[in-house]
Amino acid sequence: MESIRDLAPIVVVIACFQLLVFRQPIPDLGGLLFGTLQVIIGLTLFIQGLKIGLFPIGESMAHDFASKGSILWLVLFAFALGFGTTIAEPALIAISDEAARVAAVGGMIEQDPERMRRYADGLRLTVAISVGLAIVVGVIRIIKGWPVQYLIMGGYAGVVIMTAFAPPEIIGIAYDSGGVTTSTITVPLVTALGVGLASSIRGRNPMTDGFGLIAFASLTPMIFVMAYGMLL
Amino acid sequence: MNWLMDFLGTLQATVVDVLPIAAILFGFQLFVLRKNIRNLKQVLIGFGLVLLGLAFFLEGLEQALFPLGKLMAEQLTAPEFLGISQTAAELESDWSHYFWVYLFAFAIGLSTTIAEPSLIAVAIKANQVSGGAVGTWGLRIAVAFGVAIGISLGAYRIVSGTPLHYYIITGYIVVLIQTVFCPKSIIALAYDSGGVTTSTVTVPLVAALGLGLSSTIPGRNPMLDGFGLIAFASLFPIMSVMGYAQISEWMARRAKETRVRD
Repeated sequence: MESIRDLAPIVVVIACFQLLVFRQPIPDLGGLLFGTLQVIIGLTLFIQGLKIGLFPIGESMAHDFASKGSILWLVLFAFALGFGTTIAEPALIAISDEAARVAAVGGMIEQDPERMRRYADGLRLTVAISVGLAIVVGVIRIIKGWPVQYLIMGGYAGVVIMTAFAPPEIIGIAYDSGGVTTSTITVPLVTALGVGLASSIRGRNPMTDGFGLIAFASLTPMIFVMAYGMLL
Repeated sequence: MNWLMDFLGTLQATVVDVLPIAAILFGFQLFVLRKNIRNLKQVLIGFGLVLLGLAFFLEGLEQALFPLGKLMAEQLTAPEFLGISQTAAELESDWSHYFWVYLFAFAIGLSTTIAEPSLIAVAIKANQVSGGAVGTWGLRIAVAFGVAIGISLGAYRIVSGTPLHYYIITGYIVVLIQTVFCPKSIIALAYDSGGVTTSTVTVPLVAALGLGLSSTIPGRNPMLDGFGLIAFASLFPIMSVMGYAQISEWMARRAKETRVRD
């Protein structure tokens, strides 16, 4: 039932624009309804799965790492989670191919498929490493209890400084790459990890300290992609 | 039959996406933490449901909503619809030509964000952690308005052809100022909500809009100007969530003050 309410706005928007602005009937109404039904079923199953699977395992692992007391393993885990979830992200693959095309057209690299593929792969690796590092920094922040805003401000300053030096062609892609790195499976896991850590460490508040990991993961790729554009 | 093949294809792609994540989780659990997973059966069922749910979700979007949404973005940005027969200079002076584009950008940003699964996940968690103080719907609507405003402004940027980084840097300054004044407990959550808005549902539709606009409007290069809408969609929710927190705090304080006075 919840999912129907979640989805209603999209259906209303599309129907209104189609009927009132374009004044055309909706093509293939049956297909639209069938697709919408699938989306509703999918959303319901997904949320159920989150509650019984992804959230509990993320939190229980955070608790176990906290009670194990080894920061090294926790940092390794954080890096692996950030890197592993990003490298295979379909949206990232799409955007790095696009970036390679832009770079080739702009004359930054030769227009040769092999060279473009290498550029795209390098970019993907760069973004994945930057997300891995972001989660590591975020986890250390939770352990130490640093206020999130200072790190974010530092990151913003980094973005602004890099913008001044990066080639103009890469800026749009770099800014967008921050948004595409956090997939639907990563977000619940990373959130559960952060909240779980903050609630197992004494003196940390899960509300103030538990969130913020995703913010780092969407900030570092911007800086790293601009750096990549400058170095190549 | 056709549908089943499509569905299985999507399911397979989802499983492949999730495999590395599952490998990392179970690898660390078994070899580093060396503990059995509590409620293993339940966790596995949960993973299964997530996979199945995502496959249904993506397949449904791909079949029904995306084609129509993308078609609309194309129709709205087509020269005939915009009436681009005049000279470019005349056109730029009159923003009302693009009224429907902005309205569509706003509506599509608002409605797709409400259905974004990652945002639902974060909202559920925030509601739990805050003990109900942060309402799931309040957060989602605040984020959705942020995305809607962001995407409309992003569409305006493509139409007007102004450089992206001016907007983003101004946005950062606003965020910094808001950070100083807003309740401390919401800051991390607000920053997070910037990252979660743009995934499965929003990106394809918004990308179609950006590409359509930048390839129709004279003097815009899709390579240079087509990007950036996603950046807008991840910046503005930060402002709207902090704004929402500030407004609710202010209203709570005012209510308290009136009660004290009475």
